[in-house]
Amino acid sequence: MLSFVIRRLGTMALTMLCLTMVVFFLINLEPNLKKLAISQTEMHTSAEQLESWLVNHGYRQNFFVRYGQWLGLVPKQPVTDPATGKPAQRFSFCNDPLVSTFSGVLEGDFGCSTKFKATVASKLFPALGATGILMFWVLAVMVPISLLIGILAGMREGSRTDRVLSVASIASTATPEYVSGVIFTVIFASWLGWLNGSAASASQGITFYNFTLPVMTLAIYGIGYIARMTRASMVEVMTQQYIRTARLKGLSFGSVVVKHALRNALIAPFTVIMLQFPWLLTGVVIVEVMFRYQGFGYTLVEAAGNNDIDLLLGCSLVSVFIVLITQLISDVGYAFLNPRIRVQ
Amino acid sequence: MPVQYISGFTVVLEVLSRFWPVWIALVIVMGTSFAYKKKLALYGQLFDSGVGIVGVGICLFWLFTAIFAATISPFDPLAQIPIMKDVLPGAVEPQSGLTYLFGGDKLARDVFSRMVYGSQIVLIIAPAATGFALMVGITLGLPAGYYGGKIDTVLSFLANLVLAFPVILLFYLLVTPGIMDTPIPYGMAGVFFLFPIIFFSVLFWTRYKNRPDRLYILLGITLILGGWIYLGLVFDRDPLHIVHIDPNQLNIFVAVVFASSPGVFRIVRGLVMDIKTRDYVAAAQTRGESPWYIMLWEILPNARGPLIVDACLRIGYTTILLGTLGYFGLGLAPESPDWGTAIKDASRLLRSFIHPALPPTIALMSFVLGLNLLADSLREQSMKD
Repeated sequence: MLSFVIRRLGTMALTMLCLTMVVFFLINLEPNLKKLAISQTEMHTSAEQLESWLVNHGYRQNFFVRYGQWLGLVPKQPVTDPATGKPAQRFSFCNDPLVSTFSGVLEGDFGCSTKFKATVASKLFPALGATGILMFWVLAVMVPISLLIGILAGMREGSRTDRVLSVASIASTATPEYVSGVIFTVIFASWLGWLNGSAASASQGITFYNFTLPVMTLAIYGIGYIARMTRASMVEVMTQQYIRTARLKGLSFGSVVVKHALRNALIAPFTVIMLQFPWLLTGVVIVEVMFRYQGFGYTLVEAAGNNDIDLLLGCSLVSVFIVLITQLISDVGYAFLNPRIRVQ
Repeated sequence: MPVQYISGFTVVLEVLSRFWPVWIALVIVMGTSFAYKKKLALYGQLFDSGVGIVGVGICLFWLFTAIFAATISPFDPLAQIPIMKDVLPGAVEPQSGLTYLFGGDKLARDVFSRMVYGSQIVLIIAPAATGFALMVGITLGLPAGYYGGKIDTVLSFLANLVLAFPVILLFYLLVTPGIMDTPIPYGMAGVFFLFPIIFFSVLFWTRYKNRPDRLYILLGITLILGGWIYLGLVFDRDPLHIVHIDPNQLNIFVAVVFASSPGVFRIVRGLVMDIKTRDYVAAAQTRGESPWYIMLWEILPNARGPLIVDACLRIGYTTILLGTLGYFGLGLAPESPDWGTAIKDASRLLRSFIHPALPPTIALMSFVLGLNLLADSLREQSMKD
């Protein structure tokens, strides 16, 4: 088990290295650098001035040197001030050291956000916290509801409850966040006026009024999928011999479901829920933009829209890490929950 | 001059009557399919369950809407008639006497016509991109599952690499206006669009190796047709100027294929690993058939059931992806009538007007729902066998 985890962690590190390199390459394409230079300098700058801005801020160094600097394997050099010839900070708002130091992601320095004029860490981590709160509520709503639907549907395969719930869960998987968000806003905010169509005030304090719509929108897309997986797993368990034995012993249907079927039926949904995180990530971006909630997704869109290189790299690192770590947890957890695999 | 309105009931009637070519086509196709369902194999079995009929019906509805879009929609989807800005559903346009059935949006365009024309964009890009993703996934998944070993390790690592990319980030990186100035999208298109040609060439080669009369004809058709489309799509150098794709549409297309082919790869690989232990594969191996013959003519036909179901789900998922792209304003032109862009435009103004938001959302949802129902009933039917 331990060697399995270590091997997986090794693959994970390699994957992250490859992916960050690809992201680094794509963000630093020539047109993107041009756009960054234009947005960071004054309106009417000539091509030479743009070029000198890029050179002065270290964007013209060798690709691998810059990637190494970002990673923290190559020392970051302070730039030279063209006026005085002395070493200067790349960006005055980030307190970069004036001597050559190893200062990259591995040392905990995520770099400078050119859009927000602050360090990436000061922007990214509060945003992650805000998204964490959103995710907590989404999971708190999504997991119990979807498990309940799946179990009720799979308990008696082919019954009317099963058919109704199955079609409902298919419908919910056909409703992406930007569709359900609009429909919920129309119904609950514009028409009934019960809820707030914007979660911008949620960063000050979360209330039922401003937080229900984003949570509902995010949860609905996942509910259908998890419910269907739970149903499939429940249906399979209910046809097993030991369930029939328990029924023949004279146990009531309810107690067979709760005591015998449930424990085995919930192994598969665990994996599905963990693998749902990467999908939730896309949903988070849509929902946070739609309801103006200042979390991770909002930051990602701002960073991508403004060519904020370091911030976007930080966001990619976080999202890739989340995807990979949930995959790892789902594999390890599956092996842990399923005794048949544990023995092997 | 104030704008005249017609009543809600008349709007409903008018909408139903505007779709007349769709209704006729639907009745013909559904009627014939239902009458001959016994002879239509898997497709015919769909008509045995209510879910299947609804799924087929919705998918065909949008298919015919896309085909007859020019007849159905009363207005040009891009035309702006200033007096009709933000009008409510049922407003009559004074000059032509035609009605803005679902109202006008903030740029005074007809919401109904935009929804109808939006279906064209979705129904061209989503199935085509899924088709290419299938080709790429199958061509790479077959050897990975069949040979295993190093080739499997490398291809699986690459597939996992792409799958570990959050889709939204991938799109923000790949579908930016700036990337069109670099050779990246064209390079990727060049690689992806090569796969169908390779696939069909190998397919015919393995089967008709010993029958040159058939082989040369089929290979010739594949190479000429494939090469022609390839020239048109990748280099935009179609000598006859028929095959043409906008650079930004090519970009979207490539990004969508890139995002969804690893999923196909994984499914194909898993299916092949399961099927290659069967007796008929062993029999073919004993006969001395070449590995690619076994993969393409013994294994692939037996994996078609799950692949068809997956393709249906995947077209739906691609539709959702296209909507996401439109919602973030990536790739598609800002005035494009596709559903995602329309949802984006309308959702910003929900506080004042809700009518421009509802038609595209319901359209997108119903189309994906139709595909999902279709996939679900296909799965049920294939489980029965």
